[in-house]
Amino acid sequence: MTAEIAAAPRRPIALPWARLGAGLGPGASLLYLCLLVGLPVAALADRAATARFWPAITSPPARSALLLTLVMAAVTSIVDVAAGVLIAWVLVRDSFRGRSIVNALIDLPFALPTIVAGLVLLSLYGPNSPVGVDVAQTRAAVLLALLFVTLPFVVRAVQPVLIGLDRDVEQAAECLGASGWQTFRMLIWPALRPAATVGAGLAFARSLGEFGSIVLISGNVPFHTQVASVFIAGQVESGDTSGAAAVGVVLLAAALVVLLILEVATRRGRARRA
Amino acid sequence: MRSRLLLRVTALGYLTALLLVPVAMIGYRTFAHGIAPVWDALTTPAAQHALYLSVLVTAIAVPVNVVFGVVAGIALARRRMPAPRLVDLLINLPFAMSPVVIGLALFTLYGRGGWVGDWLAAHGLQVLFSIPGLVLATAFVCLPFVVREIVPVVEEIGAEQEQAAATLGANGWTTFWRITLPALRWALAYGVVLSTARALGEFGAVSIVSGDIVGQTQTLPLLVDERFRNFDATGAYSAGFALAVISVLVLTAMTVLSRRKERPQ
Repeated sequence: MTAEIAAAPRRPIALPWARLGAGLGPGASLLYLCLLVGLPVAALADRAATARFWPAITSPPARSALLLTLVMAAVTSIVDVAAGVLIAWVLVRDSFRGRSIVNALIDLPFALPTIVAGLVLLSLYGPNSPVGVDVAQTRAAVLLALLFVTLPFVVRAVQPVLIGLDRDVEQAAECLGASGWQTFRMLIWPALRPAATVGAGLAFARSLGEFGSIVLISGNVPFHTQVASVFIAGQVESGDTSGAAAVGVVLLAAALVVLLILEVATRRGRARRA
Repeated sequence: MRSRLLLRVTALGYLTALLLVPVAMIGYRTFAHGIAPVWDALTTPAAQHALYLSVLVTAIAVPVNVVFGVVAGIALARRRMPAPRLVDLLINLPFAMSPVVIGLALFTLYGRGGWVGDWLAAHGLQVLFSIPGLVLATAFVCLPFVVREIVPVVEEIGAEQEQAAATLGANGWTTFWRITLPALRWALAYGVVLSTARALGEFGAVSIVSGDIVGQTQTLPLLVDERFRNFDATGAYSAGFALAVISVLVLTAMTVLSRRKERPQ
């Protein structure tokens, strides 16, 4: 009943021009979306859809770049879950001086331009490292850059769930003799898992396409540190846009699949709770 | 208690090694030889032009996305949008796409041999390697930020106040300016801050469509990259430091605004 009232017409007097005006906004924004996003993506798919699509994505350098990207994204999201849950726990449950500053700093990787992130990491973990750690032009450098730019995802996904968690249950578990690890594994982690999965999925999707932070520190060594986005940029530079578009479409499809799985899982989780 | 301390030290140690020390490092590297070389590096014509271009592109792309974000956000939340599933997909697409692939997509549309590139070039409109291309790439990348902030707020505030205003005789514009927009202001400000940060710092998409012509199509992030590749560490770190200062300001604004946003009206 209430839903019907909410859905009832909101304008008491529906003049024809008013109805036209109401349709103008959505129509114009749909047009903007199609022109800005839809058309370029369609052109990209068209450029990729040549007879060379399969050879382009299975050529040894392309295959190696795509494989490295997938593996690095997977490792990144696993490390992010462990580090993210830990950091979120410390930020929510622990109290120490400067906690709110640390909390605000978590978002820094989202605010910092990716090329600056790469420069920053290179200045500390590059050839002139003041701490004597030089990972430039290795796969560790790629991982480091990805961990930096994806840091906020899991922390920010898990934090609100952790804040809302019922502490009484944990105290009861403690009274019954559960160890800290048992309490975490059997009570806290099951509650955090959906949020942590969403954070990990977003981090994975972001890692698949990351470019700016990797390009300087990875050294772009084919078959070793060259990830898909850097490979694509190289192909564009050498004029092979259809080969680049083929790899680009694979990257886009992979990210879309991840985001789709996340959405379905979230919706199912919500339906189960309801 | 000891395990709690261990967890704290591990978490803060991870953050220090990954985030704090590297970011502090850029300040150290930038001012390693004093302030004078930094000032010189930031006042070269190329650096000045890069800063101007970054601000110009942001000043075009962000307001356009704000208008789109408010209109589309309200329409989506009020279920007045045609093809909402498609719109949702298109809005989230920039998050799923590598910046490089976004640049490449614009390339396949506006470049040589692209769908409309040759036709536009024949009519004297150069999109790639000029300002329109930079604006398109930036607007594409920043598209989701405002609209995604607007939708949940419009859904939450409901339509009662607007209906009341309409019953009292206010027309559509009055209702929008006096009722809807004020309710959206913090979410909108948050979206604008996120878009501006991303627009000023965008590298991947812009690097594909810009051609990186010094003094013409080189934005500030592209300058960082170009200076670094030309072994001008001071130039690269100075421009990088300027961008880092902007992002710290952005971070402060984000912290303040997100608190405002969550406070009940």
